[in-house]
Amino acid sequence: MTKTKLTPFASLLGAVAGLALAAPAFAQDFPSRAIEYIIPFNPGGESDITARMQEPMMEEALGVGVNVRHQPGGGGAVAWAEFQGNAEPDGHEIIGINLPHIVGQPIQRADSGYTTDGFDIITWFHFTPHVLVVRADSQFQTLEDVVNFAKENPQSLTVGGSGTFSGNHLETLRMEQLTEADVTYIPFTGTGPLPAAILGGHVGAVISNSTLAVQMGDDVRTLAVASEERLNVLPDTPTFRELGYDIVGGTYRGVAAPKGTPADRVEMLADLFTEMNTTMAERQVPMGFQMTDIRGQAAVDLLARLRDQYGDFLTQ
Amino acid sequence: MDVLIAAALAVLQPHMLLIVLLGVTAGLFVGALPGLTATMALALMLPFTFAMDALEGLVALGAVYMGTIYGGAFTAILINTPGTPSSIATTFDGHPMAKQGRALEAISIATIASVVGGVVGVVFLLLAAPPLAQLALKFGPSEMFWVAILGLTLIGSLSTGSVLKGLLGGALGLLIGTIGISPIGGESRFTFGWPPLQAGISLIVALIGLFVIPELLNMMRQGRAAIDSTAGLGDGGFRFGGAMRTVFSKPVNLIRSCLIGQIIAIIPGAGGSITSLVAYNEAKRGSDDPDSFGKGNPEGLVASESSNNVMVAGSMVPLLTLGIPGAPPDAVILGVMLLHGLRPGLELFSETGVLANGFIISMGLAALMLIPVGLLGGRLIYQVIMRTPHYFLVPTILVITMLGTYALRNNLVDVALMLGLGVVGFGIRGLGLDAAPIVLGLILGTIAEQGYVQTILGGMAMDIPQLRLLENTLSQILIVLTVAVIGWTAWPRKHRRKE
Repeated sequence: MTKTKLTPFASLLGAVAGLALAAPAFAQDFPSRAIEYIIPFNPGGESDITARMQEPMMEEALGVGVNVRHQPGGGGAVAWAEFQGNAEPDGHEIIGINLPHIVGQPIQRADSGYTTDGFDIITWFHFTPHVLVVRADSQFQTLEDVVNFAKENPQSLTVGGSGTFSGNHLETLRMEQLTEADVTYIPFTGTGPLPAAILGGHVGAVISNSTLAVQMGDDVRTLAVASEERLNVLPDTPTFRELGYDIVGGTYRGVAAPKGTPADRVEMLADLFTEMNTTMAERQVPMGFQMTDIRGQAAVDLLARLRDQYGDFLTQ
Repeated sequence: MDVLIAAALAVLQPHMLLIVLLGVTAGLFVGALPGLTATMALALMLPFTFAMDALEGLVALGAVYMGTIYGGAFTAILINTPGTPSSIATTFDGHPMAKQGRALEAISIATIASVVGGVVGVVFLLLAAPPLAQLALKFGPSEMFWVAILGLTLIGSLSTGSVLKGLLGGALGLLIGTIGISPIGGESRFTFGWPPLQAGISLIVALIGLFVIPELLNMMRQGRAAIDSTAGLGDGGFRFGGAMRTVFSKPVNLIRSCLIGQIIAIIPGAGGSITSLVAYNEAKRGSDDPDSFGKGNPEGLVASESSNNVMVAGSMVPLLTLGIPGAPPDAVILGVMLLHGLRPGLELFSETGVLANGFIISMGLAALMLIPVGLLGGRLIYQVIMRTPHYFLVPTILVITMLGTYALRNNLVDVALMLGLGVVGFGIRGLGLDAAPIVLGLILGTIAEQGYVQTILGGMAMDIPQLRLLENTLSQILIVLTVAVIGWTAWPRKHRRKE
């Protein structure tokens, strides 16, 4: 797919054209080959679908091929470890990153093989706030019902979510801490099994991403959302803050380059992702995504904030 | 009914038929290549579907899915290597048939069985989706635990030699399945501090390593003989009529296999990998002549190929009605639906009935399209494999499987693990251990562990959380079935010994 070999004549032509356009100097030599865009998760997930939408837009904007590759395993850790070890820091290799995953895993597992700070973050382009969801016919009408029940009946309410010490799990722990509710968290492998778990009554409630609440529509009642303000797609769902609990959290999705990638290239890619966000918003906002553009120092600060928020649970 | 007619009209357009034709053809070749799975084929299709409208995109994905699952049968029959996990059981009788010079007959039978399975799945989806979806919801953590235990009892009857060796293989599979991040708890197990092992040993890696590599080594050792031990090469084309008669001559086997395929398809997470194994096992158990299985009995082939193609439309039941992907490829289809603003659920049928039903009907078309595509494409694959000298064939397959293994997760470690398992697989085959019980243990171990731990966690408020495993009616039914199967496996042996 990548055209690496050029005939001498074509190279000459390219060089002439390059000189002619050399005005904004440095940006011209990038990208010089296909972009490798690695997704550390399985096909079909939110990260994958988003990358598949970005792929053609990136190709058009950059004028080179973009190869989206899946490298799932270890909840993302395998791809992140290999990326930090082997990727060339020249802007041609980028990787999808997720929060709180990249904060949580290195704290929790000694052999995760990568470090939270070992990326040059391009931008965090998505946010899906956490939601607390029960089945539509559940006895729980409000968050308060859940909290009261869980105080009176310790450990008997089961709350499903994706993975252990994942964002869903950490949010459940935080909710328990702030509300003094005592629930039992049941981890599932990914978000895929959660609709069955809630509709089949295998768990009493689910903590997941806003996209799940939107997808499940009237089959569920969404009791609270962990965003700063209510979501347009879930207008009747109060925020945790409105209900008196300071819980704001969810999954951030973004892209990173290897540590040491030239700053101008990181910035150029960040601009591109921001631009693509405006196009993708039309499709993704109705699905429950919030489009974000958190880059530079703000992107790094976000890591620190999450480490504060969840670090205690992880080191216990 | 109006909706169905409108949907049929929407799909019976020339360009739609072309999409189905191309999708099935592409899927067939992808499926025939070991290591390239249906999930991967669908993921690669994604960017193309963005340029299409929702119905066209779904039709394309459905056709590719159907083609892939069918395509896995070719390599299973011709070179004893399942192209996808769902055709493991196809190797059991399909390859012996090929060895007897009945390769074309086997392919014809596999084709007819696949078509029947595909169409049956579509009929179930059209007529019985809501009640089946309700049944699917009954499978919670404790039920899944018992499903896995029941599945493990298959080892007893799937092992061709001694049951003990089968159990040893199953245990080895369970052990391999524990490598990596634990499904519950998230800690690393048996990674020995080496980050790449966090991903564990994927099913496909084990499948290729344990099935394909030993077969290739075998071919190298025996030369041409491994493929066609008797001269039956080029025997007068496909026996369409004969294959039809063979498939329909045992209606009980066909109906049973289709039902098994449908039931397993709706159990979330069980996936297609075990469908063909269960159907095969039941065909063998129900037969008057179980000893002929594994030696080229077409019934085994029919069971495997009809059941796995039921699964294609069958797994759409929980997907379309509840938004639950029953098998990994379904996750990609769910993604495409959400992107087009389609929400799975009853409103999908009430508000966008033409689209939902059109998609379902197109899968039936895709199944029917398997006949012409299978006959032509199958003949091509057959000719290529049969006419290529083994000293070209073996390295070519080796390269393809290595590429496929790498492409699976873009991980070189997987290729090394696959080759390592291949050598192990070759060695244990010499000891009389089969690959199927190992793979079965690998698939079911994770399901059992997850179900067990989730059930126990859910019972934290009880004095003895383990009792929750026995609570539900469906769990109890599964326990009784498990005991019955173990009893059945043990009893005739004792009986036989007395005689």
